[in-house]
Amino acid sequence: MEFFLNFIILIFLSFITIAIIKINNLFSLIILTGTYSFLMASLLIVMDAVDVGMTEAAVGAGVSTVLLLSALYLTESKDSNRSNQNAMPIVLCLLVGGLLVYGTLGLPQYGLSDTPVNSYVGALYLERSIPETTIPNVVTSVLASYRGYDTLGEVTVIFTAGIGVLMLLKKFKQD
Amino acid sequence: MEFINDLSIYFGRINHWVTIFLIVSGLYIIITNSNMIKKLIGLSIFQTSVYLLYVSPGKIIGGTAPIISPQFEVYSNPLPHVLILTAIVVGVATLSLGLALVVRIKEEFGSIDEEAILMNSFEDQE
Repeated sequence: MEFFLNFIILIFLSFITIAIIKINNLFSLIILTGTYSFLMASLLIVMDAVDVGMTEAAVGAGVSTVLLLSALYLTESKDSNRSNQNAMPIVLCLLVGGLLVYGTLGLPQYGLSDTPVNSYVGALYLERSIPETTIPNVVTSVLASYRGYDTLGEVTVIFTAGIGVLMLLKKFKQD
Repeated sequence: MEFINDLSIYFGRINHWVTIFLIVSGLYIIITNSNMIKKLIGLSIFQTSVYLLYVSPGKIIGGTAPIISPQFEVYSNPLPHVLILTAIVVGVATLSLGLALVVRIKEEFGSIDEEAILMNSFEDQE
């Protein structure tokens, strides 16, 4: 059942992506991007990543859509026209895609528990979270306790981006 | 249930294939469109595909979300979730910075279409 849900949402996601490639009206594009993020959030929840799913629904489907819509309002543009009509981009994309698919043939199948990814450090975090930090939600304990410096770096990135946005959008007075 | 088991054997790598499709579509949108807002949408699709790339190997079928409880035995891997939480927030930070740049470009050059801006600058030189 889990795999079936996963399969259906992946198909929806692919169709939305094809629509994003085809459509040129910017408003429709932004609403489709919101739908895409919402489907991605559902998919993440199906794959047991509940914290990530909630963040993606709030930040990806919510904040990103608002940011894109406000940028659309400020730039007063309606349609995007395609520029390159030659075959070069399609050939490049098919080449990259083919190489990546060739690379996946050596990877383990979906949903197995004895793969290298699931064997070492992830299992250790699950074992040690309660004795060492007493936090039952392992994602929270890793984010805030074991990898606290990582989160500090993330906050620095947001701070820097905020300063950048403010400096770009501020109207400077001409001397 | 037999049918669903067959599905997971034949399509055991479909998560990776859809991830690759999303990466390639993001790349295609960035290359072929000259409108900067659509380019940024392509960039965010590229970024979002990475979430799938990281989270799908950590999923264990029959497992549950990594919140320790005496009723459950098997949990999915929590480490990719932590890394992707960071990636989502950084993705929004880069998107907002890119959109701010687009708004500035519109103020300075009067257009957000790359080719239109290039054509205008050529005409100015002549």
